[in-house]
Amino acid sequence: MTLKPETYPAILAKLKGLTTWPALLISNSSVAIGGFLLLFVAITALLAPVLFTVEPTSMHPIDRLKGPSSGFWFGTDMYGRDIYSRTVFGCRISLAVGFSVAVLSVSIGLVVGLVAGYFRWLDAIVMRIMDGIMAIPGILLAIAMLALAGASLKTVILAITIPEIPRVVRLVRGIVLGLREEPYVESAISLGTRTPKILIRHILPNIVAPLIVQGTYVCASAMILEAILSFLGAGVPPETPSWGNIMAEGKSYFQIAPWIIFFPGLYLALTVLGVNVLGDGLRDTLDPRLAKQL
Amino acid sequence: METQPVTPREPVLIIKDLAVRLPDSAERIHAVNQVSLEVFPKEILCVVGESGSGKSVTAHSVMGLLPENQLKTEAGSISVLGEPIIGASPKRLRQLRGNRMAMIFQEPMTALNPVMPLGRQIEEVLTEHRDMSSHDRKNRVYELMDAVNLPDNKNLFRSYPHEISGGQRQRVMIALALALEPALLIADEPTTALDVTTQQQILNLIKDIQKNRDTGVLFITHDFGVVAEIADRVIVMKDGIIVEQGKTENVLGHPKDDYTAMLIDAVPSLIPKSRPANPGKEIAISTKSLEKIYKTKSLFGRRRTVKAADDISFDIRRGETLGIVGESGSGKSTVARCIARLINPTAGEIRVNNTNIAEISERAYRPLRKHIQIVFQDPYRSLNPRQTVGRAIAEGPMNYGLGRAEASERTRTLLKLVGLDTDAMSRYPHQFSGGQRQRICIARALAMEPDVLVADEPVSALDVSVQAQVLELLKTLQSKLDLAILFITHDLRVAAQVSDNIAVMYHGKIVEHGPTKTIFENPKHEYTKRLFNAAPGKMWDFN
Amino acid sequence: MGIVALFVFLLLHLSPGDPATIIAGDYASPADIARIRAQLGLDQPLHIQFTTWLMQLSRGDLGVSIFSNLPVSQLILQRVEPTLSLALTTLIFAIVVAIPLGILAAWKAGSWVDRTVMAFSVLGFSTPVFVLGYALIYIFALQLGLFPVQGFVSITDGIIPFLHRLVLPSITLSVIFIALFARITRASILEILNEDYIRTAKSKGLGERSILARHALPNAAVPIVTVIGIGFALLIGGVVVTESVYNIPGLGRLTVDAVLRRDYPVIQGIILVFSGLYVLINLIIDLLYVALDPRIRF
Repeated sequence: MTLKPETYPAILAKLKGLTTWPALLISNSSVAIGGFLLLFVAITALLAPVLFTVEPTSMHPIDRLKGPSSGFWFGTDMYGRDIYSRTVFGCRISLAVGFSVAVLSVSIGLVVGLVAGYFRWLDAIVMRIMDGIMAIPGILLAIAMLALAGASLKTVILAITIPEIPRVVRLVRGIVLGLREEPYVESAISLGTRTPKILIRHILPNIVAPLIVQGTYVCASAMILEAILSFLGAGVPPETPSWGNIMAEGKSYFQIAPWIIFFPGLYLALTVLGVNVLGDGLRDTLDPRLAKQL
Repeated sequence: METQPVTPREPVLIIKDLAVRLPDSAERIHAVNQVSLEVFPKEILCVVGESGSGKSVTAHSVMGLLPENQLKTEAGSISVLGEPIIGASPKRLRQLRGNRMAMIFQEPMTALNPVMPLGRQIEEVLTEHRDMSSHDRKNRVYELMDAVNLPDNKNLFRSYPHEISGGQRQRVMIALALALEPALLIADEPTTALDVTTQQQILNLIKDIQKNRDTGVLFITHDFGVVAEIADRVIVMKDGIIVEQGKTENVLGHPKDDYTAMLIDAVPSLIPKSRPANPGKEIAISTKSLEKIYKTKSLFGRRRTVKAADDISFDIRRGETLGIVGESGSGKSTVARCIARLINPTAGEIRVNNTNIAEISERAYRPLRKHIQIVFQDPYRSLNPRQTVGRAIAEGPMNYGLGRAEASERTRTLLKLVGLDTDAMSRYPHQFSGGQRQRICIARALAMEPDVLVADEPVSALDVSVQAQVLELLKTLQSKLDLAILFITHDLRVAAQVSDNIAVMYHGKIVEHGPTKTIFENPKHEYTKRLFNAAPGKMWDFN
Repeated sequence: MGIVALFVFLLLHLSPGDPATIIAGDYASPADIARIRAQLGLDQPLHIQFTTWLMQLSRGDLGVSIFSNLPVSQLILQRVEPTLSLALTTLIFAIVVAIPLGILAAWKAGSWVDRTVMAFSVLGFSTPVFVLGYALIYIFALQLGLFPVQGFVSITDGIIPFLHRLVLPSITLSVIFIALFARITRASILEILNEDYIRTAKSKGLGERSILARHALPNAAVPIVTVIGIGFALLIGGVVVTESVYNIPGLGRLTVDAVLRRDYPVIQGIILVFSGLYVLINLIIDLLYVALDPRIRF
């Protein structure tokens, strides 16, 4: 049909009009909702030292396992620590992990994917290694690495990053493989443009949008993974008030004090929801062609 | 309406004052407006026009297949055998499709379900509309396959679309459309994706159908050669409006409308123009026994080698054009890509400036790259959408050390040379039409001041009027810059007009090679004869 | 698979932390540690350790648990049933629910049905397994008393108690897969509905249902199966957590315990088994491709 060739330039026109980006983004309700949720958590994390009501690590033996009240908004745990204040501080860990893992895995994956996609002789080796990593379930890999290296915020971030890298590499490589056959890339080759310049000027700009979208999904899954690791006792050290740790401590008291798990769980779910919704919205506005994928 | 043939029979299709509205964001209001036409039994009516003329929308409206969220039928009526289509209930419309009207499409590969056996795809029409035993249905499918000259129909019944050729796929589509003996057959560019020789067979098949049955055919095409070949009557559309209609001989021979006249004038003639011979000019590029072999390995280690190009030898002098013609898979594009060193030839020589560039390394070739430049077929994909036109043109010279100021000066000169405004420099490719983009691509290639220009189907994606302009531009540039051009095309008409010499390729080999005039007047090789014979509208000399 | 083995080996042997020291305990003398190290073969050069380990592997010997002194393969076999039951019920439940939902959403694209399904899908994606697990326990076990809170009963002890205890864990674990599968089903079908052969089907006069069932779904099968394969990797992670929440004595619990006890042979063994399974699943999926799409060949 005559409609087809016109849609492609239309999409590009949309991408091109840089000035209309912010307007375009806000007009997408998913971006607005997701962004709002995330902003809320980010502000909570930033202002945690102001927002807390009780010192998060101070124990109040008299008030052990108390339900939510005006003194302890979200109740207390088995040591009488205030769940609300601990949850507020937990935002920091979650965001730090989610953001760092997203940035790290996306940037490493980008470089590896670009190289693998463009240089055929490297491709086979790199992809074999990536398949190897992919074959080990991410959570087990992370647990094993943490068991060996010892758990700290830094090692948790690394342990979550490594299993995420192959997925980014695959995405980038796929796009690069498609693009290097594009006539405009071949034109650049015949114009004598050197490879690094081709990668940066002609290929990279087409990867940015899908990569931002992928980054948000990595961020969401990293936050969940961090909580799972803490929950299983393999994550950040137990004295750190991360959402996973708070919930891990509430495990044994779940039947009598469900609030210990409920409130951090709610925060975690809302944060991840925010990131995912934001990702969906970004995908729809930045890169409609990606909408067909996950 | 004045040339309506006097037929005793009622028309199978009547369209009256059809208006279909485009989405609000579109450049014009209507996809088609005030379109009225009739198709009679045993008649082929061709609707011809360039892209965006609304010919396809008209065809889809008849089937009730317009994407409703984008295109809204605003006014008018369509009736097939007296029964209205617009306003019919979805259920009735489904009954009419297949039964009274059927459609075949441009791309037979994508128009067939890739994971369903071919026989079942035809059979499905019968299952849906007729109450027949499975045995009868199967026999009917075999009958239909025979009717469209499909061989070995028992085997074909179980085959999948990817296992047969493009021409066979289109036959399957036709069999499927004929299953219920519809009164109206709509063909939407059914041969555009096919090779010339296959196209000829399909056109003959459609003519047979129209002759042997009572079917009326509404045939959509952009190709005046095809019109000349098969149409009884022609309708010319432009921007959603009918500009001219009448009997084929009248419209093609004596167009009344200026636009029609211009279109017909733009169709290249099959008779080569006599071009000034230019002996004694230096040879810009020559190849000797050039060869490209592709090796594929299947999972179980079975090796297959395909000789995509085999023993290719030719010279091109400065100011001269060598046209390479051939059908898809003939290896003509492989040769173009070898010459431009986008792929490395397996063996043989490519000599430019006394250097054999086929053998030297990528690194050693880099300084020589600017001697040979390439222009591709698809103007939409040949320019980086995120790069301004100015930067695209300046990229090459700047790679070879030209300063920014000089490069932008050269860009300005080139833009003027290819007939564009210099303010194009700061704009992006999507702001240009296909023809303008192809001009930009030419300017980009010329910015390198090459000796040889490889043009790989440079006008195949363009409308005929734009095609004529771009060809004209190439001709002027060639004489101005003394360029050697290697022109790859599947279109004999284009080849006849642009080439000094012609090489005909078939299965990776050059089967015939010589001056254009000689080859067109007296083809020697069997394949060349077949190819020329298949050219649509060959008996009709446009111009 | 070879790469996985090498990777796992290097990971466990090159990282800081000496198992011998851990086994020997806090009050061991250096001589004790050396003895234990020799026992474990840890004093040999790395490549010899690796070949010995590979030799053992090829005989199906995964080594002996440092903690319990039982063969790793035996430990793993004991724990397979609960994990397998949970994984299978989850997968079946997810497929049965998600694919019709995805088809429905694609069919009614843009309608409230579609929006609801998609909203639930994003929600399902975002809810961590253990949070959902505890929420379900709280509502259905503690408040309503419909299901037991935790635990596992072998299928040999009766199918009803077996299933009864699997309901909550399976639902918990399947939510994320329902979300994932429904999304991909919807997306693939929507994409396919734009294909030319769907237009051909319409021009044949087929109705919407026939088009969906006979043309759209068979073509969407390949991407759907692909995602089910990807889902398997996620499933393993989910199993570990779900077993922990519902106190099910499966491989997941074995993993967590092994990690907490630094029981290297067990960790190695489990990772290898899961990776082997992953490779096997991928092979099955490749074979399914061939069955589903005549264009794909080996």
